[in-house]
Amino acid sequence: MSTERPGFGPTVPDVVHVTPPKPNVLEVENVTKEFALRRSLGEIVSRTDPEVHRAVDDVSFTLRQGEILGLAGGSGSGKTTLARCLIRLVEPDAGKVRLGGADMLAAQGDELRELRRRMQMVFQDPYASLNPRMTVGQALHEAGRAHHRPGAEDGPAFVARALERVHLSARFADRKPKELSGGQRQRVAVARALAVDPEVLIADEAVSALDVSVQAQLLKLFVDLRDELGVAIVFVAHQLAVIAEVADRVAIMQTGRIVEIGETAAVFGAPQHEYTQALLGAHPRPNPRLRKGAAAATTTTAEVAT
Amino acid sequence: MSTNSLLSIAGVRIEFGSEDEPLVAVRDVSLDIAPGEVVGLVGESGSGKSLTCRSVMRLVAAPGRVADGRVTFDGRDVLAMESRELRAFRANDVGMIFQDPFSSLNPVFRIGDQLMETLRANRGLDKAEAKAEAIALLERVGIPDPPRRLLAYPHELSGGMRQRIMIALATASEPRLLIADEPTTALDVTTQAQILALLLKMRDDLGMAVLLVSHDFGVIAQVCDRVAVMYGGHIVETGPVEAIYDNPQHPYTRALLESVPELESAGRAQPRAGIPGQPPELGEVLPGCVFAPRCAFAQPECLTISMDLAPVGPAHACACPVRPFAPVGAVPAAAVPRSTEA
Amino acid sequence: MSTTVPLTPAAPVAEATAGHRRLHRLRGLPTSAKIGFAMLAILVLAAALAPLIAPYGQNQLDFAQQLASPSSSHLFGTDDTGRDVFTRTLYGLRVDLLIVLFVTYIAVPIGVLAGAAAGYFGGWVDAVISRVVDVVVAFPFFVLVIAIVAIVGPGVKGVIIGVPLAGWALYARLARSEMLVMREQPFMLATTALGYTRRRAIFRHAIPNLIRSSLIYSTVDLVVNMLLLASLSYLGLGAQPPNAELGTVIAQGQSTLLDAWWVATLPGLVLVAFGVAVGLIGDGLSDGKLRGGRS
Repeated sequence: MSTERPGFGPTVPDVVHVTPPKPNVLEVENVTKEFALRRSLGEIVSRTDPEVHRAVDDVSFTLRQGEILGLAGGSGSGKTTLARCLIRLVEPDAGKVRLGGADMLAAQGDELRELRRRMQMVFQDPYASLNPRMTVGQALHEAGRAHHRPGAEDGPAFVARALERVHLSARFADRKPKELSGGQRQRVAVARALAVDPEVLIADEAVSALDVSVQAQLLKLFVDLRDELGVAIVFVAHQLAVIAEVADRVAIMQTGRIVEIGETAAVFGAPQHEYTQALLGAHPRPNPRLRKGAAAATTTTAEVAT
Repeated sequence: MSTNSLLSIAGVRIEFGSEDEPLVAVRDVSLDIAPGEVVGLVGESGSGKSLTCRSVMRLVAAPGRVADGRVTFDGRDVLAMESRELRAFRANDVGMIFQDPFSSLNPVFRIGDQLMETLRANRGLDKAEAKAEAIALLERVGIPDPPRRLLAYPHELSGGMRQRIMIALATASEPRLLIADEPTTALDVTTQAQILALLLKMRDDLGMAVLLVSHDFGVIAQVCDRVAVMYGGHIVETGPVEAIYDNPQHPYTRALLESVPELESAGRAQPRAGIPGQPPELGEVLPGCVFAPRCAFAQPECLTISMDLAPVGPAHACACPVRPFAPVGAVPAAAVPRSTEA
Repeated sequence: MSTTVPLTPAAPVAEATAGHRRLHRLRGLPTSAKIGFAMLAILVLAAALAPLIAPYGQNQLDFAQQLASPSSSHLFGTDDTGRDVFTRTLYGLRVDLLIVLFVTYIAVPIGVLAGAAAGYFGGWVDAVISRVVDVVVAFPFFVLVIAIVAIVGPGVKGVIIGVPLAGWALYARLARSEMLVMREQPFMLATTALGYTRRRAIFRHAIPNLIRSSLIYSTVDLVVNMLLLASLSYLGLGAQPPNAELGTVIAQGQSTLLDAWWVATLPGLVLVAFGVAVGLIGDGLSDGKLRGGRS
């Protein structure tokens, strides 16, 4: 686990939002989450203790106001579990999560709901993250009303403002999710998250299911929202190139641990950990001259295991 | 086009809906693949790329249908084949792998049983021969300890392993063409690189041609000799992969390439814009060029043009007569604004 | 460059009003379901308007016309006391529909609520509800109803109490299993992530999405309950004569079946028609559900 290396690596082109350092909005300390693996009948009878899988292993990081932190790693690296631990969709076993100084893990009831309002989440699957029975307008207004946001009394105006923030026309208010394309749905999901005025947005593979041309629109939207609203973003993605497009800093996760964290340009320019190097090396490049050829066809031992 | 092509798709049109009011998903698509060639079909969802490759195997599911055009494999008319001939064609001449290797394997049977069943049905081997052949096949696709893997159930294997098994199954008869429909989309990048490399190795070892369908130009660029770019049911540009990357002539191709996220963007302040708007929906009828509504270079005449491919360079053709970019050869590759690695 | 998304020409569905949309959905149903709806509409209308369209009184005796075969004056003929079978069938259907609709659709919301709560909260809530459901389901349905009849005495009371008491459990099971799946759906996770109250999450977001399969299943229950009611009446444990009820009408026709087949058969056919109509509707709705899912 390496610490931050400011200015490390080759010439770093104008990195955004470094001066002056803004205060931390999110502090994550030693968060750990274990899942008990299912026991076989024999193991249950013999009362063997269930084997434990440590999905998130002693993870710490901080997020500054208006910063975009990329969280990358392969499947099973624990990045999605970590993201869910932050807003307690999954209860962490240990550690601390502080949102603007407030203890996220100790909060209960109304206090927890208020903290969750301040830290919103956008999910991967744009086809399942919106209630199929509600129109776009109902879904957005619902979010505003549930948290008594200013202006939520006037439904149509509230909805129109929320849609405008994600560059959608107010005419979308009457549509059902199934009448929208994937990119439009994801914009609505972002609009819903922003409708309750959060300080932190967690985007869990939020652009992974989208076509590249639409994906680029959404990536630009996230950067624009950070610039306009000052919202900090934890951007979870398995594609390093996507993270390269938006993130100020990046954390690379492997088997539940952050193995490398730092300024995106520095980490991608001079990766220190061998897993980061492997991920970057295997990344498909659109330039046909950067081919890897047939030599890499042999299996690594890591891939054999389930 | 060429007379020595292995597979020739000519003027294929795929429709859904009723005969009277058809919804056209693929329009007048033509593509040739030479023996041993790796051709990429790249496009976004709804572009018709998967349907096009399915039409080669006659796997377009109802209510979809190939309404027009010809598919010729080694001089034989695929669309006219009778069921027995078609079965032999699918079993011996063409292999196909899909995005999700898990759902392509039956979860309740061991890997070995599924492999051996296919071998016995398609090649008429007896049990012992089938087992020996199955072990040889698994070795060929780089699976360690094949005898043990034969006893595994699909869920006991990783995604990459399962895709290797699918490749073993699809290439068991040493087909002359392998169709791979988004074969690595569900896999981690490190596994993806290995599977792509395996496809290239199979091409080299068996001399088979590969038709690779992907939404990811990065994947296409890794393995393909030639690429066809699809949008809204049309092939808008086709050519050698280097020519397409260095010198895209169709505005869609260029916009698509500019949308592809790149590692080199790290630390850059200005994000990409993407292509404004949405791709056309199935059945949406657009006059002229289908890309015109989203095209930054659209001219009034774009609403009346036909989308025929016209040559713009060696083996390079483009469906945009407006062609707002410099012709092939005028721009040295180094001057292309996109970043290349030092 | 602005990223404003130009609207693609709105799909026809998007412009339709809610009412149009509902009609649209009906039109999209398979033909068999449409036939089912038409049959049910005729049966329900006939039952509802029984006092207006019935040509005679339900207990109007006419000893000059005993066991008259079907004719223009007696569509379904008459029984052994000269009562008009068509009239009695209409009144019988009326009573049956009222009771069956009541007992079925009081069980649905109870079961759905219990099941949704069990699935959403899990833990001890789930344990308690699921065990109760297990006990109710394990108890043979008919025996339970007959046992209740034994306690409260013969008559429709037994059915009205007994059927909902046993019927809710299956809906609870169905709703619980749907909720277990739905709970992990991103849009339900989002209700937690958005900081919605549990009440809001369950009532406004979950139940509207999971009630559909219960409603489809209820079409099966309608037929089962209808047959149960008729069977109990046939056995003398349900509706009591002389007032008409399909089961009693059929039971009374049984003794003269060899001389006058119509007395038992024609009301029986009406019962069959009801079963077929509801069955067709149920099939059509579940097909529609499959097609309405993700394409």
